[in-house]
Order: sequence, then structure tokens, then C-alpha cells
Amino acid sequence: MPSLPVIEKDVERRAEQANPGGAFDPAPADSGNLALFDYLLRLGDDSLILGQRLSEWCGHAPSVEVDLSLANFALDLVGQATFFLDYAGKVENAGRDGDRLAFHRDVLDYRNCLMVEQPNGDFARTMARQFLFSTWQKMLFEHLTGSADQHIAAVAAKAVKEVAYHEELSAEWVIRLGDGTDESRARMIDGIDWVWRFVPELFDMDEVASAMAAQGIGADLAAFRADYDRKVHSVLEAATLEVPNDQRPILGGRTGHHSEHLGHILSTMQFLPRAYPDAAW
Amino acid sequence: MSKDWPLWEVFVRSKGGLSHRHVGSVHAPDAEIAVRHARDTYTRRMEGVSLWVVESSAIHASDPGDDATMFAPAEDKIYRHPTFYNIPDGISHI
Repeated sequence: MPSLPVIEKDVERRAEQANPGGAFDPAPADSGNLALFDYLLRLGDDSLILGQRLSEWCGHAPSVEVDLSLANFALDLVGQATFFLDYAGKVENAGRDGDRLAFHRDVLDYRNCLMVEQPNGDFARTMARQFLFSTWQKMLFEHLTGSADQHIAAVAAKAVKEVAYHEELSAEWVIRLGDGTDESRARMIDGIDWVWRFVPELFDMDEVASAMAAQGIGADLAAFRADYDRKVHSVLEAATLEVPNDQRPILGGRTGHHSEHLGHILSTMQFLPRAYPDAAW
Repeated sequence: MSKDWPLWEVFVRSKGGLSHRHVGSVHAPDAEIAVRHARDTYTRRMEGVSLWVVESSAIHASDPGDDATMFAPAEDKIYRHPTFYNIPDGISHI
């Protein structure tokens, strides 16, 4: 079963030596390639998991036009994931390609942020999540177009146009639902409130993020935090919504400590290639 | 007021220099979203470089009941087709 981690003997041994202070094990950042591999998983897994989430709307969206918009978003994101994960496989140099990484890793090995694995909820919550994520992802990709890693820079240059559209359309929906009927407004307030606690993780500069930024490969997330806040505040203002109070940040996705939702996503997403390893299309 | 979003007619310019052509319609709550719905519905396979949307209710159509007076009189006036002219060699797209 994809969602049940297998605990190996050496993991138990490592656990016995682990810091008992309650901190998560830091991701390996000492080796350049390991950090780059980890960083590429973050980029790829963010897009892959959000793409998978959005595809759940297919056939269920409020109208056929919105259905297509969400499916287009999902396809853009899965396309980005393919580039990042294929490249991660090359960097790892252990014979795994993008498909192998997508369909044969379990929850603990996924490196996406917690925001993208959150359930869709209603359309308002989906759009709130999309707006808060795409605004960040667009700024991230803008920075990554200047990455010292030419492959990352090239993928980011292509993806930033896609993500800019995701941001625009989701911002339009935040504004329309927030400044809409009593019901749409209440739903958008709930949606923003639900997703808000996952924003700080987007900007968390842990060891891997810092090491990649120091080498000019990754982005310094602090560099666009103020721009992000300005953008989000201006859209919420246009939506006549209050900026929510900051909640206790929830971290962990970048080190594999996910919410219970990710296992359920993977069990759906990974079922076919695991049950039918020879399947091809 | 209807609970359904209004209908918008969609026109796509497939490349620079060509006219916008009617391709279909979308539902949307307003013009800005209509342009985006048109983009997502009708240009996802590189079909266009420019989009127009027009609220369907803004279009005034001929009445099918008037066909006899509107269109039938043209049927026997074949000489109005510009096919009686000799086109010089080398002139294309006419």
C-alpha cells in the first residue's frame, strides 16, 4: 500500500541516535548534489501534488468553462513536475526518472509544501489556495529564471508564464467571490482562513533552501516576501476582505512530515503504475 | 435575474492579419472572466493570438421568419458573383 511507510532496520537505528529534542531531522545539505536533488524534489512535488489535487475537479467544477480552466492549470503543473522530477532523477544518478520518482516514492520521501496537499474543499477554498500558492510560485519562478543552474532557469522561464495566468485568474475569483454575495463572501473568508496557516512554510529558509540560495541555484525566499505580502493584501483589499491574523505556522512538508492528506492523494495517483507495472500508453 | 451566468460569443484571431472569427460561446459572470474562459476553452491548443468576447444579448439577429424577403431575392442573381472577371496570373487569395 502506497501510504504505509516501511520502517527499515537502519531507520530504527538512526531514530535511536536522533535528537530527542523534538526537532525534525534536517534534510541532508552537506553534499551539493543531495541538496540539489532535494531542492528539485521540492519544486517538482509542489507542482505535481497541486496538479493532482486540481485534477480532482475534473467533471465536478461549477461550470464546464471552470472545469477546463482547472484542468488546464493541472496540466501546466504536471508538465512542470515532469521537467523538475526528470532532472532530479538525472542529478541523483541512480537510474530513476520522473515517473519513477512520482509513482514510487512514499509520503516520507515527498518534499512538497503542506499547502498544495490540502483538500480542495469548495470552489472558494480551491481558489484561495490557488491564489496564495500561485502568487508565491510566480515570484519564485521569476527569481529562478536567473538561477546559476541553466536547466532550472530554462524550466522556470517557461513555467513563469503559465503560473502568471494561474495567479491572475485565481485573483479574479478571490475578488469576485469575496466581493460577491453573502454566501460567496463567507465561503471565501473560510477559504483564505483555512489556507493562511500554510503560507509561512512557503518562505521557510531551511538548510537546503539556504544552501541552494548561497550557490545561486535556488531563490532567496526572503527577497520577495514583502512583494508577496503587498500583492496578497492588494487583492484581499479589492475583494473587500480583511487580512487574516497570522496563525501558528505549520512546517514539515519540506522534510517529509506531511498531513494525513498526502497518503490519500498518493494512493489514488500511484495505484495504476504500482498495480500494473507493465502498463503503457 | 437568472442564476445562470450570461452567455458570451467568442471570436478568435488565429494569426496576425486575419479577421477574428466566431468560434463558439462561453458562460461567464462578467467580461474579464469571459475572456479568460474563452482563452481556456478555445485557445488551449494554440488556436489564437487575440480574443474578442461579446455578450450574446448584445447581438441583434435577423429573423428566420424573414428569410423570404431577406435572402431569397439574392438566389437568382448569380451575376453578382465576381467570377466573370479574368484574374491575371500570379494573383492569389482572391
